[in-house]
Amino acid sequence: MSGSSSGIEKHTIAVLVDNEPGVLARVIGLFSGRGYNIESLTVAEVDRAHGLSRITVVTSGTPMIIEQIKAQLGRLVPVHAVRDLTQEGAHVERELALIKVAGTGDKRIESLRLADIFRARVVDSTIESFVFEMTGSTEKLNAFINLMEPLGLIDVSRTGVVAISRGAGRI
Amino acid sequence: MSAAAMPGAEMVIKALVDQGVDVVFGYPGGAVLPIYDALFKQNRLRHILVRHEQAAVHAAEGYARSTGKVGAVLVTSGPGATNAVTGLTDALMDSIPVVCLTGQVPTHLIGNDAFQEADTTGITRPCTKHNYLVKDVNDLARMMHEAFYVARTGRPGPVVVDLPKDVLFATGTYTPPESVTHKTYRPQTVPDAARIAAAVELIASAKRPVFYGGGGLVNSGERACALFQELARLTGYPVTLTLMGLGAYPASDKQFLGMLGMHGTYEANLVMHGCDLMVNVGARFDDRVTGKLAAFSPGSKKIHVDIDPSSVNKNVSVDLALIGDAGETLAEMIKVWKAKRAKPDAKAIGAWWRQIDEWRKRDCLRYQKSDRIIKPQYALERLYALTRGRDLYVTTEVGQHQMWAAQFLKFEAPRHWMTSGGLGTMGYGLPAAMGVQVAHPGALVIDVAGEASILMNIQEMSTVMQYRLPVKVFILNNQYMGMVRQWQELLHGGRYSESYTASLPDFVKLAEAFGAVGLRATRPDEVDSVIKEMIKVDKPVIVDVVVDQTENCFPMIPSGAAHNEMLLGPQDKQTEGPVSEEGMVLV
Repeated sequence: MSGSSSGIEKHTIAVLVDNEPGVLARVIGLFSGRGYNIESLTVAEVDRAHGLSRITVVTSGTPMIIEQIKAQLGRLVPVHAVRDLTQEGAHVERELALIKVAGTGDKRIESLRLADIFRARVVDSTIESFVFEMTGSTEKLNAFINLMEPLGLIDVSRTGVVAISRGAGRI
Repeated sequence: MSAAAMPGAEMVIKALVDQGVDVVFGYPGGAVLPIYDALFKQNRLRHILVRHEQAAVHAAEGYARSTGKVGAVLVTSGPGATNAVTGLTDALMDSIPVVCLTGQVPTHLIGNDAFQEADTTGITRPCTKHNYLVKDVNDLARMMHEAFYVARTGRPGPVVVDLPKDVLFATGTYTPPESVTHKTYRPQTVPDAARIAAAVELIASAKRPVFYGGGGLVNSGERACALFQELARLTGYPVTLTLMGLGAYPASDKQFLGMLGMHGTYEANLVMHGCDLMVNVGARFDDRVTGKLAAFSPGSKKIHVDIDPSSVNKNVSVDLALIGDAGETLAEMIKVWKAKRAKPDAKAIGAWWRQIDEWRKRDCLRYQKSDRIIKPQYALERLYALTRGRDLYVTTEVGQHQMWAAQFLKFEAPRHWMTSGGLGTMGYGLPAAMGVQVAHPGALVIDVAGEASILMNIQEMSTVMQYRLPVKVFILNNQYMGMVRQWQELLHGGRYSESYTASLPDFVKLAEAFGAVGLRATRPDEVDSVIKEMIKVDKPVIVDVVVDQTENCFPMIPSGAAHNEMLLGPQDKQTEGPVSEEGMVLV
C-alpha cells in the first residue's frame, strides 16, 4: 500500500556539514526545491579544526515526508551526518530572542516585572524603552512575546531553534 | 607520481587524463581559452567540437551510458554554462555520470556582472549531483578528482567544476588521484545480510511474483545485468523492465513480458497490478510506471533494491528495502538462494504463467497494417529485422517514436539503448548518438527521431560530418508533435493547439546541405530498400520516413488511471468519459 500518513509531525533535525561556501544554499535549495517546510533554521561553525558546521532545522510533514527529508539531506555530498532529534528522544531545544518594548507608566513597570518572572535580562534601557534578552524553549519565548504585545512590543529578533541530544552521545 | 608544479590549465588536462578520460565534448570561449591552449599542445586527450553546448552534455551522456565510463564536457562561462543546464538536468534525472567543466570569469570579478559571467554554481546547484567552484589553483586537482569520484560513485550523476580564468593561469601544485579521498561521501554498496535472507524467503514463497528491473541495473554494469538474468532463470519468474532498464534482460527471452508503464505492454502492467510479490531492482517507481498511486499493485508485497536511500519509500511504501549496489545485492541473493536450495511453488507459478499467457494472447502491440501508407510501427519492425546481428546502438528523441522504439526494438544486452527517460528532452538523440559513435567507432548507431525533435539539435549534423561519425538519423515524420497531439486528442477534445509542425525543411536536402546523405521513404514498399541503403552508406544519413499522421501510441495508461484501466487501441474509449480532474493536472 502506498502513502502511509498519520498526520503532520514537527521534527528537529541536526545536520553536520562541511563548512564550505554554498553548503547552506544547498540545504535550503533542497527544502525549497522539493517543497518541504522550514519552520526555523540555524547554522554556525562548531568545529574549526575539522571545518564543520551544524545546521539545526525544524521541519514538519507526514512521517513519510520526514523520512524523505532525512534521506535527501543524507545524500548531499558535503553532509557528514543527519540526526532526527525528535525521533531519537531526549534532547534540549533552546532559542534566543531580543525583544524591544516601549511603554510608559504602569505598562513599563509591568513589562519589567514580567521580564523578571520570565528571567529575561535587560540589555538596553532608555526612559521610554527596554530591550529584553531571553533564552528558553520556543513556547516560553512565544508566551513572553504574547504578554509584551499589549505592553508596547515594538520589535522582535529571534535566532531559531538550536538543539542537542541529552546524555554523552555525539552526532 | 609526486606532486608537480604547473599552471591550472595544464592541471585540468592532466587530471582528465589521470581519470581515464579519452575524449572531451566541448565548445570554446573566452573564459576557457587557457584550457584550449593546453589542449592544442597535447594529443593524448581528444576533443570533439560540438555546435551547441547542450549537445556537448548529451553527447557525454551517450558516451557514458554506452561505455560505463564518466562522460566529460568542457564549456565556457556565461551562456556556455547556461546552455549546458538542460543536459545536466537530463543527466541528473537519468543518473548518468558526467563531469562538466565550465569556464568562469576571474575570481576578483565574480559577482560584478562581468562579460559572460553567470552564477554557474548557483544555477547548477539544483540540477547536478554536486558542484565545485575552484578559487585556489592548489585545490584544482583535488576538486577535479573528487568530481569524478562523486560522479561515478553511488547513484551516478552530473558534477560541475567551475574554473575561473585567473585560476587557470595561476601556477600551483598538482595532486594525483591516489592521494585524494573524499571526507564525507561514502554510499553503502553492500546490503544487510539479514535483509538478503528475508528477501530470498519472500521470493521463494511467492505465488504470483514479478521482477521489475530499471536503469539502476544498467548503471551497476554488465555483471549486475547478468546476475539479474541468473536470478530470473533460477526462479523462473516473469521479468519486466522500465524504459531506462531495457537491455538489462534479453528481450527475446520467454520470461520477458516487455516494458511496463504508461506505454508498456498489457501483460507487463497486469502482472504488476495482480502480483503478490514485486521485486524492484534498480528502478524508482516513477510516475510513468505506477500510474494512479492509490491503485498501484494493491495486493502485493514489495522488495526494493536501490543504492539511493532517498529513492526508497519516496512515493510507494515498500515492505523490504535493501540499500546497496544492484550487482552486489543480486550476487548475495543468488548465493543465499543456492545455499538454501530454495524451490519456488511450482504449482502456483505454473498457474501464474498460464494467466500471463492468456494476457499475452491479447497481442497488445498489434496495429492496423497498410499497403498505402507507412505505419510508424511497421517502419520500426523493419528497422529491427534489417539490423539483426549487427553491433547496433540506438538513441531516441522524445515522443511517440520513442515509445514505439521501446516497444518494437528488442535489446538483448545493456548499454545499447540510450534515451532521455526522466527529463524527456527533445533534441537528446542526435548528440547522444554522436557520443555513442565516438565511443564505438565501428558500430551501427541509429537515432530514432521525430521530425519535431530532430530540429532541436540539428546543428550537430556539422559535428558528425567533421568527425566522420556515420550516425543514422531515422525520422518518423508524421508532421505533428505526435505525443502532444495524442494527449490533445484524448484530453483536450482534439484541439491541436501548436502541435502541428509547419514549415518543415526538406530533410533530404537538409542532409545534403550538411554534406551528408539524405533518403526518403513515402510508401511501405520503399521502407526495406531505404533502410538497407542507410546501413550500407558509410557516412551520416538522414532518413525521412513519412508515416501515418493518425497513429496513436498504444497501450496507454492515461494519467491518473490505474494499471488495469489501460487503453488498448483507438476503439477503446474510456468508459467513464475523459480523464479525471486529478488525472488532468498530471503531465
